[in-house]
Amino acid sequence: MTKLRMIWRKSLNYFMLTLTGVAALGVVSVLFLILGYLIFNGGSSLNLNFFTKLPVPVGETGGGMANAIVGSLKLLFLAAVMGLPVGLIAGIYLAEFGGKTFSFIIRYTTDLLNGVPSIVIGIFAYSIAVLPVKHFSTLAGGVALGIMVIPITVRSTEEFLKSVPRSMREAAMALGASKSKTILTVVLPAASAGVLTGMLLALARVAGETAPLLFTAFSNQFWSPGWGQPVASLPVMIYTYAIAPYDDWHRQAWAAGLVLLLLVLIANVGTRLLLTGRGATRSA
Amino acid sequence: MSSAQTTIDHSAAPLPSGGSRTFLRRWLEGDEVAHVVTLIFAAGILLLTSMLVWELWVNSHLSRARFGWDFFWTKTWDPIFDHFGAAPFIYGTLVTSVVSLIIAVPLGLAAAIFLAELAPRKFSDTVAFLIDLLAAVPSVIYGLLGIFIVVPLMRTTIGPFLKSTLGFLPIFQGPNYGVGFLTASIVLAIMIVPYIISVSREVLLTVPREQREAALAMGATRWEATWQAVVPWARTGIMGSVFLALARALGETMAVTMVIGNDPKIAASLFAPGYTIAAVIANEFTEATGDLYLSALIELGLVLFLMTFILNGLARLLILATERGGGRPA
Repeated sequence: MTKLRMIWRKSLNYFMLTLTGVAALGVVSVLFLILGYLIFNGGSSLNLNFFTKLPVPVGETGGGMANAIVGSLKLLFLAAVMGLPVGLIAGIYLAEFGGKTFSFIIRYTTDLLNGVPSIVIGIFAYSIAVLPVKHFSTLAGGVALGIMVIPITVRSTEEFLKSVPRSMREAAMALGASKSKTILTVVLPAASAGVLTGMLLALARVAGETAPLLFTAFSNQFWSPGWGQPVASLPVMIYTYAIAPYDDWHRQAWAAGLVLLLLVLIANVGTRLLLTGRGATRSA
Repeated sequence: MSSAQTTIDHSAAPLPSGGSRTFLRRWLEGDEVAHVVTLIFAAGILLLTSMLVWELWVNSHLSRARFGWDFFWTKTWDPIFDHFGAAPFIYGTLVTSVVSLIIAVPLGLAAAIFLAELAPRKFSDTVAFLIDLLAAVPSVIYGLLGIFIVVPLMRTTIGPFLKSTLGFLPIFQGPNYGVGFLTASIVLAIMIVPYIISVSREVLLTVPREQREAALAMGATRWEATWQAVVPWARTGIMGSVFLALARALGETMAVTMVIGNDPKIAASLFAPGYTIAAVIANEFTEATGDLYLSALIELGLVLFLMTFILNGLARLLILATERGGGRPA
């Protein structure tokens, strides 16, 4: 009886532990599945035209997404200009100046803002940047993405500033530096790799956002000069092309998906390598 | 990203702003200026969030005044006769989110247990990084794969299989188009699993070693120690990770829009096409003619915002509670 129970417990042990391993393996394999599938489907449609030509009307083959690539870069530029400074400075406040209660409120609000669905951010950007001027624009898309950049940057900046050892600040202050001088010349440079990484990751994350752009930046089949006109972006193009019934458009969507995924993955892996490399030299 | 953040040492508290120096001196040296300037930016985040709520509230005024609370139970969505009800969208949002959790939670928890309890630390960190990458994949790419892989698979394999084995249940009856609640839930599940794994793993790693050793010393098997001594300790944090994932699922737009079928109906069958709040906003916002139509869509946005706001708030509190609770029994 007890022997049977032992066998049961042991087999349950092995069974469940194996199951957990299978689950982990399964989830990780999805990443490689996505990457492999995109390379398989998108790689063949990826050529020089994709990067240099404008989209062509249905029925014509060829054409590319040059305007969407430039559009995405413009939107990211705006998001960086509007979102990164706010995130950085607010992050400095939380790490260096914040009191207890007020910091907690800010931190909590930041996390909640980070959790707001991107489509709702889109509505917000629409009501502050599209409604007043009554037309879609690159600027409105930049506002939407910029808002999304802020909470991510705040939290990463705060984390990395806080990881700077207290002894470094004390050393600077012992030499007579004021607190602001210490932050500017000692703390920020020491944490710069981390802070920049956080910013890059924030941009990588919004680079793939589609929902907030649908009714702010809208889309455009042509070039969009300046900042006041609707603009095409890679994610929105992927969406429009994927739900359209044309095979040629599907191929283009795969190619665009591959480009977007590679950009996001390279940013993520690159910053990770950079950070671990820096960490190793610092501790050595 | 999250794994990188949590390994950071939090012990470095902010230094006191030199108390012995006078206020004027600190001001001249820039300390007070820096304090005030950074404070303004930090407060800007509060302002931004309040503005967001305000804009949603004000711009949904027409719809709120016209439909009142009936907005939530009304099943018709008729832009031509200006009659708007949110019921099909709320239903679709809840069904897809809950079903995706049913798929994702066991899978995610199992994977997190493997990574935290069994895998060697280095291997676990690498896998956790790959899983974080999965969370970084843009949702439109999940939608793309959903359309071209999951939908055909649903039509030819998963759907018929569920019908032949579990077809007696009303949720697996009716025609199977490939697009629908279940397809959307499967895609959502794949998207939220990384969040569950990432947070649950972190929480499991904070469980004190003694907790495991005590169980093992009592003669428990590895699994029993994990399931009866480690997981219960971390359960609040794991709940937090589930809430976070749920909030993500509720607000997910693109991937769902691409595979759910976009039909505002309340159907018992998971094979039926449906619609979610986020999807209808994405599809109809630019086409909304008339102020009431737009206002109704913005009210949907407000509803979605409140749902995710409450869930996220709860999730953060739960995770905070577990992480601070280290050292005392759950």
